[in-house]
Amino acid sequence: MADITLQSRTDRRPIREATAWDQLKANRNWLGFWFMLPAMGFLILFLAYPLGLGIWISFTDARIGRPGQFIGTENYEWLWDDSIFWLSVFNTLLYTFVASAIKFAIGLYLALLLNENLPFKAMLRALVLIPFIVPTVLSALAFWWIFDAQFSIISWSLKQMGLITNNINFLGDVTWARACVIFANIWRGVPFVAITLLAGLQTVSPSLYEAATLDGATNWQRFRFITYPLLTPIIAVVMTFSVLFTFTDFQLIWAMTRGGPVNATHLMATLSYQRAIIGGVLGEGAAISNAMIPFLLAAIMISWFGLQRRKWQQGESND
Amino acid sequence: MTDLPTSRIDLKSLLSGSSPSAAKDDHSEGMSYLESLPRRLVTLYLPLSIIVIVLLFPFYWMALTAIKPDDQLLDLNTYNPFWTWNPTFKHIHKLLFESYYPLWLWNTMYVAICSTVVSIIASVLAAYAIVRLRYRGAQWIGGLIFLSYLVPPSILFIPLATVVFQYGLFDSPMALILTYPTILIPFSTWLLMGYFKTIPFELEECALIDGASRWQILTRIVLPLAIPGLISAFIFCFTLCWNEFIYALTFLTSVQNKTVPVAIVNEFVDGDIYRWGSLMAGALAGSLPLVILYAFFVEHYVSAMTGAVKE
Repeated sequence: MADITLQSRTDRRPIREATAWDQLKANRNWLGFWFMLPAMGFLILFLAYPLGLGIWISFTDARIGRPGQFIGTENYEWLWDDSIFWLSVFNTLLYTFVASAIKFAIGLYLALLLNENLPFKAMLRALVLIPFIVPTVLSALAFWWIFDAQFSIISWSLKQMGLITNNINFLGDVTWARACVIFANIWRGVPFVAITLLAGLQTVSPSLYEAATLDGATNWQRFRFITYPLLTPIIAVVMTFSVLFTFTDFQLIWAMTRGGPVNATHLMATLSYQRAIIGGVLGEGAAISNAMIPFLLAAIMISWFGLQRRKWQQGESND
Repeated sequence: MTDLPTSRIDLKSLLSGSSPSAAKDDHSEGMSYLESLPRRLVTLYLPLSIIVIVLLFPFYWMALTAIKPDDQLLDLNTYNPFWTWNPTFKHIHKLLFESYYPLWLWNTMYVAICSTVVSIIASVLAAYAIVRLRYRGAQWIGGLIFLSYLVPPSILFIPLATVVFQYGLFDSPMALILTYPTILIPFSTWLLMGYFKTIPFELEECALIDGASRWQILTRIVLPLAIPGLISAFIFCFTLCWNEFIYALTFLTSVQNKTVPVAIVNEFVDGDIYRWGSLMAGALAGSLPLVILYAFFVEHYVSAMTGAVKE
């Protein structure tokens, strides 16, 4: 782009009107600066600066109301020997992988179902998205009530069916609690995955399926060799977002279990909140949340390559 | 990025369902006559209805709990828990007249609208500059803004708390109004960049030749054409604000200043065994504004969601 403008400038120099154009183009950088100012102001003051500050705080012994002294990597060394921290890392990885895998499977399945010819198609699609738009905390509270130890509707139904004799202690038992928060996360995430993948499915030409059917392809073959390859780029992006937001999840856990029972559902985000804001040890909390950054970078790299591949597949230039 | 116009048409037919993109409908019917009705019942309607019921059950349960009398809530054996014959408005009354709930609702609305408006203004300017002014390094800045979309609030809230404290904004709505744009601006800039790219360049060239300034071009030509994009960005930002939790939990301490999600989690959970009715009424009332907004703008909502992923 820069080369082209330069050329046209040298070409048109003798003409008078061109100089007005030239000036506008010369001012373009300044104009861009003014237009960018509000957005960049926000992002620098409240995003870039805190990001750097967070890394600095993690190397200090700051507490609430007291600026810290530089203490090197002491916070990280302390965390290295902290079994609760490692438990939270394990929980976060478990939560992320199990929830994302199931979200992907059910989301893709739901997208394929919704892509069929259905009565009330539009209404169904609108209904499916509702869990995604309702604030997470509020739906988490509904799950808290559904998974109540005494008055759970699930325990009641299972008892009526004669499958169990005693109430299940959903959020009080380690394994059950993990399963419940993962279920709630899947419940909230499936609509997002399904609707975005559905938008991808709509771009696949039906004639490809007809051709494949004429050639004798089975349902599975049509999915495996037409749908899946054409959908790969959008799957990569959607799943990166899904993994990223699941990994850094905070509110669902906080509303349902607050990390309990015996830290079995503490994620890194909830642990850092507990240490930093409730416990007041800002330095250590910042160290815990910074420990998420390597994982996030890995996810962003995957997203980057996913996007590149998509551009290449659609034969676009790097505009 | 050039695929946006076609993808938008797809989204429309995706949502309205009825919209006659004739060729496509023909094709899909042509394929589906191969399947018999019993087969479709098992492979399509059955799994679909199970998934939809699971997805919607919590809302039914929320609404039912909110209107059930207390004794029926806790006695599952005498009454069938799945229905109630004598609904009560006690919980909702308690919520509206014996708590700060209306105030919390107002706080949430105020913060969401202010930060959404601020972010949309900033994003329109930024997106226009990146797409059309093409100043030096515009591509780079665009990439950086996308990256900042990926920075999650859970790693920023600790340093932001100290920043907010330094600026003297702690425990005031301004703390949220100024910090929420960091979540909203990257998203809406990215979305609006996609919309601006679809507006023909020639329109702007004509206006430039006629002597319009960049500001006039933006307000008279680009913005009117980008209204669907602006609505999408507005609605999605509003929803994100309403949903935000960790900043509101960290930056606000006094009861009167809280937003709905934070207040419900902290103020209603008092260990009272009869709390469930008003808790669920509060959760329902807190979701209702978003659901109503969503019902009117489903199409814009979905195009915002898929647009942000596709770009």
